[in-house]
Amino acid sequence: MDWAQTYQTLSQALKNGDVLDFGQKSFISFYKAFVEGDRWKLYLKGIGVTLELTVTALIIGVVLGVLVAVVRTAHDQQRPGRRNPFLGVVNALCQVYTTVIRGTPMMVQLLIWGFVVFKTSRNHTMVGIIGLGINSGAYVSEIVRGGLMSVDLGQSEAGRSLGLGYLDTMRFIVIPQAFKNILPALGNELITLFKDTSLVSAIGGTELVYFAEAVGAKTYEYMFPYVGIALMYLVIVMILTALQGKLERRLRQSDRR
Amino acid sequence: MIDVKHLSKSFGDHLVLDDISEHIYPGEKVVVIGPSGSGKSTFLRCLNLLETPTKGSITFQGTELTDPKVDIDLMRRQMGMVFQHFNLFPNMTIRKNITLAPVRTKLMSQAQADDLATTLLRRVGLEEKADAYPNQLSGGQKQRIAIVRALAMQPKVMLFDEPTSALDPEMVGEVLEVMKQLAEEGMTMVVVTHEMGFAREVGSRVLFMDGGHILEQNTPAEFFSNPKEERTKSFLSKVL
Repeated sequence: MDWAQTYQTLSQALKNGDVLDFGQKSFISFYKAFVEGDRWKLYLKGIGVTLELTVTALIIGVVLGVLVAVVRTAHDQQRPGRRNPFLGVVNALCQVYTTVIRGTPMMVQLLIWGFVVFKTSRNHTMVGIIGLGINSGAYVSEIVRGGLMSVDLGQSEAGRSLGLGYLDTMRFIVIPQAFKNILPALGNELITLFKDTSLVSAIGGTELVYFAEAVGAKTYEYMFPYVGIALMYLVIVMILTALQGKLERRLRQSDRR
Repeated sequence: MIDVKHLSKSFGDHLVLDDISEHIYPGEKVVVIGPSGSGKSTFLRCLNLLETPTKGSITFQGTELTDPKVDIDLMRRQMGMVFQHFNLFPNMTIRKNITLAPVRTKLMSQAQADDLATTLLRRVGLEEKADAYPNQLSGGQKQRIAIVRALAMQPKVMLFDEPTSALDPEMVGEVLEVMKQLAEEGMTMVVVTHEMGFAREVGSRVLFMDGGHILEQNTPAEFFSNPKEERTKSFLSKVL
């Protein structure tokens, strides 16, 4: 069956005032939403930007999160009487950061990044990455902090008793062990972040939602674009969840060594 | 070698060590015994500052460890410690467990450390385990590795925190054997333990702790045959 021809015939019939059945009407909407003018390419482009946003923001988030978590645990584990004032200041900054970011809506943060801080920037994707990355860092830092605290205290005591410094003990002993405990939560953060990229459309980021809106505005037909992208998000999340499960099973296997 | 002066330690309101002064001489094998909660582990952990003393000072070979300006990492490199729960690093092979600290602290190159690890492992009869992971070993094997790991730093003193308390009874012997060997080689040792046989046989001095004080101390022979304090007598009557 030739879709283009069917579409031509049906829309001609519609113009002539013929009454179409539900299937035929749906076909016209579907065709307009995805096929006409090769619009499916727009969605693909949108998915590309969405994934780019997710991955780069997650990298920023993990780097920020690990830094903040290490500062905060280092601060909490200082020997009494030997407190480092510089660490105190950095720790206070980190606390302000996590409090503000976790205490305000993602959407509001993005609006502030897009329309206040970087209001002259035309690179909306980059602004979106910064907003998402900084937001994600606050959550990742709490995940990492929990992971670091989940490693038995005896491990860092053993490292320190051998004369290793705090950072070496963290790097070789605590963080590698914490990583295993952190991964499941980090997977959830990835999925949340992936879905949150949809908010970047509010500051003009050309990701999936942006194109769905554009197509809808052009065709006056919103059901197929929106339900369509919902399905796309869902499929990708299901893939991510499956990968996460696989990874966790593999890590658990190495536990039973 | 280690000089402890007026050492006190409290956790919150709870006073665990109450004004302890003690000296540990080179080559001594000091065995610390006492009931649970007497502060003996805390005392040992204060010696390399795993616990920060609330009051008092600890001096190791002329350096005051309790001075905040002292680089404690440098000092700890000369004091080996063995823990009740082994605390081997599960994410590394045995070889890596042993060589990590000597290499990272630039005490020796990786090749030298590997050689040393092989030599030390052979001494405790575990050389074929070099590439195994800690989870594949029995408790006794883990503790022998933990001793080797501490020895790889070539420490001047070894601190043992109840090294056999977490072991199955049949594995206690192999660990004590390694410790005995170490004692015969002249290592200075401070051992917190419940193994009275070990105290009697290997110790050069026995400290009996209760309620945050060192109640009584003597040579093992005198201590076990002729205890002076009432508390010591009642403790010994229960454990011997």
